Amino acid sequence: MPLALSALIAGILFGLGLAVSQMTNPAKVLAFLDVAGDWDPSLAVVMAGAVTVSFIAFRIAASRTAPLAGGSFDLPTRRAIDTPLVMGAMVFGVGWGLAGLCPGPALTALLSGQRKAFLFVGAMLAGMLVYRFMSRGRPDGD
Amino acid sequence: MENFTPLSALVGGLLIGLGAAVLLLGGGRIAGISGIVGGMIKRPSGDHLWRACFVVGLLIGAGAYAAFAPERFVVQFDTTAGTVAAAGLIVGYGTQLGHGCTSGHGVCGIGRLSLRSVVATVLFMATAMVTVFITRYMMGAL
Repeated sequence: MPLALSALIAGILFGLGLAVSQMTNPAKVLAFLDVAGDWDPSLAVVMAGAVTVSFIAFRIAASRTAPLAGGSFDLPTRRAIDTPLVMGAMVFGVGWGLAGLCPGPALTALLSGQRKAFLFVGAMLAGMLVYRFMSRGRPDGD
Repeated sequence: MENFTPLSALVGGLLIGLGAAVLLLGGGRIAGISGIVGGMIKRPSGDHLWRACFVVGLLIGAGAYAAFAPERFVVQFDTTAGTVAAAGLIVGYGTQLGHGCTSGHGVCGIGRLSLRSVVATVLFMATAMVTVFITRYMMGAL
């Protein structure tokens, strides 16, 4: 199975999962993050289900030398709990809490045709470009 | 907790996990959406095709569900356009700095038992919850 086809099928399953679980709805995500309000634990169940399958997949991958598409497994190599990780996660958390959108549901929100969805995705891409620009030339930068 | 939807959350979560499993075992890649999108705006390289295929798949999967059950595909923004734009910028920057979001660190990273990802996930969830608490109960709706 070529890499592009794997990615297409994976994307379809992922997008379907986001929609079925209603994680595509920022109001539903905010209801999980609002622990002091009328708390909706659905997101935790989504994560538990997804992590369980992903855990099994990584166990299977560990016993294989190559993915079905050929080539090699391209897995993260960073191990350190460093300042960029901590700062980045916390910055992301603030943005996630402000609007209830993380990158996946931000993309699927475009399907609603709402101006705010395009605004969020445009700003998100701009934020990514700001990071690229600022990390240029740094040895640990990308 | 009358908004709690455990069954659809579990089914959706399993589908998301399955998507991550297909990309991992089929293509050898991590289904981290901020990484996939971030890689598309990086310097030109030969691996843009699979990233584009994943994003297109994501839209097909969620779009198919929206066509099948439009009443269940709700994208409700509770925040002003200004907040949405700021949140997008922050999410874009933070996910690149911290090298991952809910999918990359949450679903995949925890699934491969990466301590980095566990730390990142705990941090962005906690920060998002604090952000929601501050904006909803200490500042009023933004």
